[in-house]
Amino acid sequence: MNPSSSHPSFWRRVPLAFGAFFSTLSDAAYAARVEKLSLPEVAPVAPVAPAPAPAPVHVPAPAPVILKEATPDAALQLLALLQREARLIDFTQENLGSHADADIGAAARVVHEGCAKVMREYFTIEAVRQEAEGSRIVLNEGFDSAQVRLTGNVVGSAPFKGTLSHRGWRASSVRLPKLSEQHDAAILAPAEVEL
Amino acid sequence: MSDINNTRARYAIGIDLGTTHSALSYVNLSESDGEKSSHGVLKVPQLSAPGTVEELSLLPSFVYLPHADEVAAGDLALPWVTQEADAPFVVGEMARSRGATTPIRLVSSAKSWLCHPGVDRRAAILPSDAPAEVARISPITAATRYLTHLRQAWDNAHPQAPFAEQEITVTIPASFDPAARELTMEAAQAAGYTSLTLLEEPQAALYSWIQTSEGRWRKEVKPGDIILVVDVGGGTSDFSLIAVLERDGVLEPHRVAVGEHILLGGDNMDLALAHLVARKLAANGTQLDAWQMRALTYGCRSAKESLLADSGLDTAPIVVPSRGSKLIGGSIRTELTRSEVSTFILDGFFPQVEASSRPAVRTRAGLTQLGLPYAQDAAITRHLAAFLGRQVAATNELEGFAGRQSQDATFLHPTAVLFNGGVFKSDLLVQRIMATVNDWLYMEGAEPARMLAGADLDLAVARGAAYYSYVRRGHGVRIRGGTASSFYVAIESAMPAIPGMEPPIQALCVAPFGMEEGSELELPGQQFGLVVGEPVHFRFFASSTRRNDQIGDLLDFWGPDELQELSEIQATLSAEGRQAGDVVQVRLHARVTEAGTLELLAVSLDGAERWKVEFDVRGTPQQ
Repeated sequence: MNPSSSHPSFWRRVPLAFGAFFSTLSDAAYAARVEKLSLPEVAPVAPVAPAPAPAPVHVPAPAPVILKEATPDAALQLLALLQREARLIDFTQENLGSHADADIGAAARVVHEGCAKVMREYFTIEAVRQEAEGSRIVLNEGFDSAQVRLTGNVVGSAPFKGTLSHRGWRASSVRLPKLSEQHDAAILAPAEVEL
Repeated sequence: MSDINNTRARYAIGIDLGTTHSALSYVNLSESDGEKSSHGVLKVPQLSAPGTVEELSLLPSFVYLPHADEVAAGDLALPWVTQEADAPFVVGEMARSRGATTPIRLVSSAKSWLCHPGVDRRAAILPSDAPAEVARISPITAATRYLTHLRQAWDNAHPQAPFAEQEITVTIPASFDPAARELTMEAAQAAGYTSLTLLEEPQAALYSWIQTSEGRWRKEVKPGDIILVVDVGGGTSDFSLIAVLERDGVLEPHRVAVGEHILLGGDNMDLALAHLVARKLAANGTQLDAWQMRALTYGCRSAKESLLADSGLDTAPIVVPSRGSKLIGGSIRTELTRSEVSTFILDGFFPQVEASSRPAVRTRAGLTQLGLPYAQDAAITRHLAAFLGRQVAATNELEGFAGRQSQDATFLHPTAVLFNGGVFKSDLLVQRIMATVNDWLYMEGAEPARMLAGADLDLAVARGAAYYSYVRRGHGVRIRGGTASSFYVAIESAMPAIPGMEPPIQALCVAPFGMEEGSELELPGQQFGLVVGEPVHFRFFASSTRRNDQIGDLLDFWGPDELQELSEIQATLSAEGRQAGDVVQVRLHARVTEAGTLELLAVSLDGAERWKVEFDVRGTPQQ
């Protein structure tokens, strides 16, 4: 890069001068930087930062993607809610083989109603795509592959035309209850003793 | 007390202190102008399980008093610092759910106890069936805890607009007597409420309707309308009549009458259905225990709601889950049919009765007064018929209303009906009330009443209360009305004693009907000699129908339904600067505070000294 071309022209310097004037008056941090300019120029060979800067200057090498580890607390909390409202753990821990369908059906009502309540109260769940399932849709270039998964004859380039086979679900908000520090989330349902 | 020129207030807050649920709603004053107001409902953080805090728009009005071994450290932590109480307690959702399995430690319906004249409401009496080792609390303490929780929830969410600086309105049933109003006030003050006003719930419902309409209400009601507000909550039913006047071209609603306190609500309906289903199960050899009975009541509520809402549905299944972990096989499946619901709910609670029918009254068995005085007749329509019948003359004196109703009308003819309370989410019940009232009107040759649509059934009272706080600052329409009763003290007649007969009493009117907030009247003529240091008791009466009695009027006779006896009132002159036993001549003054409570004052003849005449809330056995 030609060093002279990095020097601004006269007409460019006029607004710069005014800008510097007002910024120096109004912004103390800016003023400090201006003050530093009038000090004798230090050779810009090794810029030693006055404080150890946390941001590394070098170009980041392709590091392995750090996988997030899910915290067990939220998962345990959801299980506890599903047990409390829907008896989901009770239901799944039982062997269906020994029961008549009518009994299973009766229990399924409790589970269904309770699960629906948990979904409704702690999450806002909406469809990813508003179109009716079975309708033809077009995916333009740059569509979010996390939101729409392509299946079947995946060849060529966008725009893609296909049939919507599932609308998808998105949790647009999560409102799990807050837990106190001492709360042991591993107890999904306490044992009950009637006195 | 209430500071209308509270200039620091940034929000107008309304609190619905309900029998089963409380809620807080607010109007943002800086974003509101005239009839367009910006409002919201506070999400109240509360414990839903040990160590678990959830934000819900309703705060269940329950206090749970846990055993010391029931909770661990940190289990009862809230997002704010709670004051140390003598014993730990829980308010809200966790209290409700814990109390369902351990009812002996659950305080519920504190509001109904607050207006129960048969008990001492400042005494620690709740839970009424708690064993001796449970440290009971008073109804007023319970109310204080709900109100404190709401204040702390507000301060937690709005640290920049402290609760103490906002304009507050707390709602009460229209049927609350002066003592219950004062106790509510006392609870609010104990909860740290500095500037507050009381508002009757049916009025709050109408305010909410007015607010929601954003000005269109002026087209939906017209001068001469009489609006009947039917408010059926979880535990109580409340009726009010509001007449619409026109003054200088401006519509002015006037609350002309309020009903009696009826302990009957949606919870009674769910319980009645649960017993019906339990009998059906018992006939097939299945007995339910108390835990299953509660689960069944809960199941009946949702089955009832779906059957009443969807006319295409014939049966709704109910499953009572097993208590143990064997869900399949241990659960009991049953169902509720449409005909059962309509027989039980429609014909049991909302029968189509004549306008002349009245609630059945049976004499109570000896000791029932220890519990709450629940309504003896479950038919809400009969209570409504009695209310309209009693108030037949309510609008006679109102300007513009004379002659609107025919002379032989046997009940007051409403022209519009506004519903409030979750019970009326069912269109069937709304239609039943409308049909019944319109039948009554048809029989007397009057036009059918119309329904005022668009009410928010669950949160209308809280919203309306917030809107009222806003209206009090000079925006929008205000419902007028004043006190809905006239008040009397008993004076013994001067006549020779007759053996075996109580000396007859006369009733002296000490506060007329319709006294407005902030007004004070002096009882002319009559002076009382009060003995210093000795409390003087008066029998105290109220009338919701005698509108023309003036202060100082002395009644010799009154109809059997005209005057209701309330708890006694008593005046005690402090011995300060006087000899005990001295007699001081005083006059009685009646004052309605800005906050909306009635005060009776004993004022010395020179006017220099004033003593408050107290309502006796220690419970006088009812005759």
